Amino acid sequence: MTPTAAAETAAGKATQKHEPRFIDLAERYGLIAALILLVIVFSVLRPETFFTWSNLSTILGSQAVLVVVTLGLIVPLTANDFDVSIAYVMTLSAMMVALLNGQDGWPIGLAVLAALAMGIVVGAVNAFFITVFRIHSLIVTLGTGTFLHGLTLYVSDSMTISGISDWLMNWVIVDRLLGIPLEFYYALLLCILVWYVFEYTAIGRQMLFVGRGREVARLSGINTDRVRRGCLVVSSFMGALAGVLYAGTQGAADPVSGVSYLLPAFAAAFLGSTSITPGRFNAWGSALAVYFLVVGITGLVFMGGSSFVQDMFYGGALVLAVTLSQLVRGREEQQF
Amino acid sequence: MTPPALAFTGLSKTFGGQQALRAVDFAVAPGEVHGLLGQNGSGKSTLIKILAGFHAPDPGGALTIAGQDVPLPLPPGGVRPFGVAFVHQHLGLIPPVTVLENLLLTRLSGRGGIARPWAINWAREQSAARRLFERYRLDIDPQVPLSRLSSVERALVAIVRAVEEIAAGHARIGHGVLVLDEPTPFLPRTDVDRLFTLVRRVVAGGASVIFVSHDIDEVLEITDRATVLLDGRVAGVLTTADATRDSVVRMIVGRQLIAGPSQSAATGSDRAEVTIENLAGGQVSQVSVALRRGEVVGLTGLLGSGYEQVPYLVYGALRARSGTLLLGTERTELPALTPAAAIKAGLVLIPGDRPVAGGVGGLPIVDNVTLPALASRFRPLLLRRGAMLAASRGLGDRFGVVPNRPMLPLSSLSGGNQQKVILAKWLQLSPKLILLDEPTQGVDVGARQTVYQAIRDAAAAGACVLCASSDAEQLAAICDRVVVLGHGRIAAELTSPGLSKHAITECCYRLAA
Repeated sequence: MTPTAAAETAAGKATQKHEPRFIDLAERYGLIAALILLVIVFSVLRPETFFTWSNLSTILGSQAVLVVVTLGLIVPLTANDFDVSIAYVMTLSAMMVALLNGQDGWPIGLAVLAALAMGIVVGAVNAFFITVFRIHSLIVTLGTGTFLHGLTLYVSDSMTISGISDWLMNWVIVDRLLGIPLEFYYALLLCILVWYVFEYTAIGRQMLFVGRGREVARLSGINTDRVRRGCLVVSSFMGALAGVLYAGTQGAADPVSGVSYLLPAFAAAFLGSTSITPGRFNAWGSALAVYFLVVGITGLVFMGGSSFVQDMFYGGALVLAVTLSQLVRGREEQQF
Repeated sequence: MTPPALAFTGLSKTFGGQQALRAVDFAVAPGEVHGLLGQNGSGKSTLIKILAGFHAPDPGGALTIAGQDVPLPLPPGGVRPFGVAFVHQHLGLIPPVTVLENLLLTRLSGRGGIARPWAINWAREQSAARRLFERYRLDIDPQVPLSRLSSVERALVAIVRAVEEIAAGHARIGHGVLVLDEPTPFLPRTDVDRLFTLVRRVVAGGASVIFVSHDIDEVLEITDRATVLLDGRVAGVLTTADATRDSVVRMIVGRQLIAGPSQSAATGSDRAEVTIENLAGGQVSQVSVALRRGEVVGLTGLLGSGYEQVPYLVYGALRARSGTLLLGTERTELPALTPAAAIKAGLVLIPGDRPVAGGVGGLPIVDNVTLPALASRFRPLLLRRGAMLAASRGLGDRFGVVPNRPMLPLSSLSGGNQQKVILAKWLQLSPKLILLDEPTQGVDVGARQTVYQAIRDAAAAGACVLCASSDAEQLAAICDRVVVLGHGRIAAELTSPGLSKHAITECCYRLAA
């Protein structure tokens, strides 16, 4: 078969694919349906513990941190860069808030600003090594992330630091709107912002082309390095923001637990790319995927699963999610 | 009489109604260097690919190797056990690893290619490699990384490896056949001599060599006989000693004039609108071209002449070493040019490698087509998506994209329609200079006319067009003037009248000296 004939067959398939709208809709909104189904199943099985307002509002609130990390992750992922340092940035950021405010007595606003500035600096360092020396983002961020992990252990003496100002806790988890902690709304605002940038700005389109066809983007006059640098700085900044929310949620910071956010965030990012705007990393899909995964975990724990369920579930979900996203893209090669 | 080392008889190959080979007979005698010549599309590479097992020939053809029938079609690499080895232009070597490891590469991948593959005796392999290089009188250290070798030394390593493969006991019959597929286009003359010395030593050992090349002088120098293909048929088999350069060129080009001279779209004004001065970079140097308003200028040459790099150098997609671009009165230093600045100045580039550089197949047509105009036309901070869809639909109508549905992924269109989308993407910017690289590569015959028409329309509207192509027929159809490069420099210029497929091809081959 000649390439032209092959392309025409593909065209035929695409035309057919558009006729049954149902498949299209199922692909877009399947994850919502699955989430609702999951909630119903667990509610039926454990009505007295799972299907309670306090449980649901806790899930919505406490997982806002994971939503922010996932949103941060899909920014460089769209430009085809990985940022595995994001969870370590988050941990260090939370630790900085605890140390500066709780221990050293800095005003909380200043401590938060310092933590956010740290995020920007780490993003700039990542971007420097990735775009100047042409090192794969996975390698660079693995290195910087591990370095930050060590740094966090060093500055905290491997201890949990508490004493964070109530002001932060009030603004994050204690105060509620419609019964849901405020941090849920922060994540929601961020979600809207990322969605808007991806869908309605020229820079969002440029990121998409940098990720899916870097040479196409370059020849179209896009400064691909600048776009990639921007994405990496944004992801680290959002990692630091997640750290601030984490510190506010816990009222303390411990040097290790943030690390466990990395895998779920990746799983949610890839799972999210199979829905809402299938084939692209997208904000609403990511947020939905976070809650889908968390409901799954919480439900399993209520059913009597122990904590190891979490690792098995997230690990399995990551591989499944990436497989699904690959299928949605029609097995177009992803350059990892 | 000894049977030929390798012979195809009645070989045909049809690609979707197009006959690439028509009942070709091709025979290589034992111990001879046999040239295979022909223009692009003459069927040369199809023949080599059938031998390598990448294409299945039409039923009816036959292959014998040293008198023994070989069943067709061959599976990929299936001809190796019959003592046929290939060295392609890309050599198949891995630069960062050592020469020795490269030598062992094909043997490591094959079954039984190496003794005790679970415990390689490196000392023994190394001394074997040294002996091998000594035998061919090559001064190459097997322990150094391949990346430290010059291009010609790499080619020599690839050839020695292929000969070793033949000698490694696989050739149960005959002395083996080495296929050299365009091994020389990027080598300077002195290096070609070294390569030929090695080829002569290989032949002295009894093997035959098939030498595929564009370069007539090289073919005349190294081969004993040569087969010339033209439009899928054998145009002739020559004995090199009796052939002259002219007779070979005539045979390659054929006699018939295909296309008449094109109508000049250029208008009376003799003032140059766009001038490229002293461009150097990549393989080219001292390239200067002046284009009048509305003029379509072709760029061509043989493989290795560097003509295809010119559009990328002018656009800033490849870094130029020197050169200036004059657009009207505006002067731009080419080494500092970036694609973004080029677009701003009124240049566009329509690249040859569509899936990698032209558009993203997995994304919708509308996103592909509006990409360079996003910031200027669709409000960068709140994209007017309705306007984008309308613009995409309008461009689809103007350029005849079928089906004209902006939300379809680009890859769902045929090659020709994809190219129309890419043309629309760039021509909507109303550029002053349009740079093209192989504008109809992978485009079906019907859509070609649309592409030509779009280029002519843009020129008629006042744009200058610089089109790099290896397709002489296409250049004859769309260009007012064709610049021919040889060895990285401008070697000739053909103007209409007298601009024909025939004349362009002939010029390319005559310049190869």
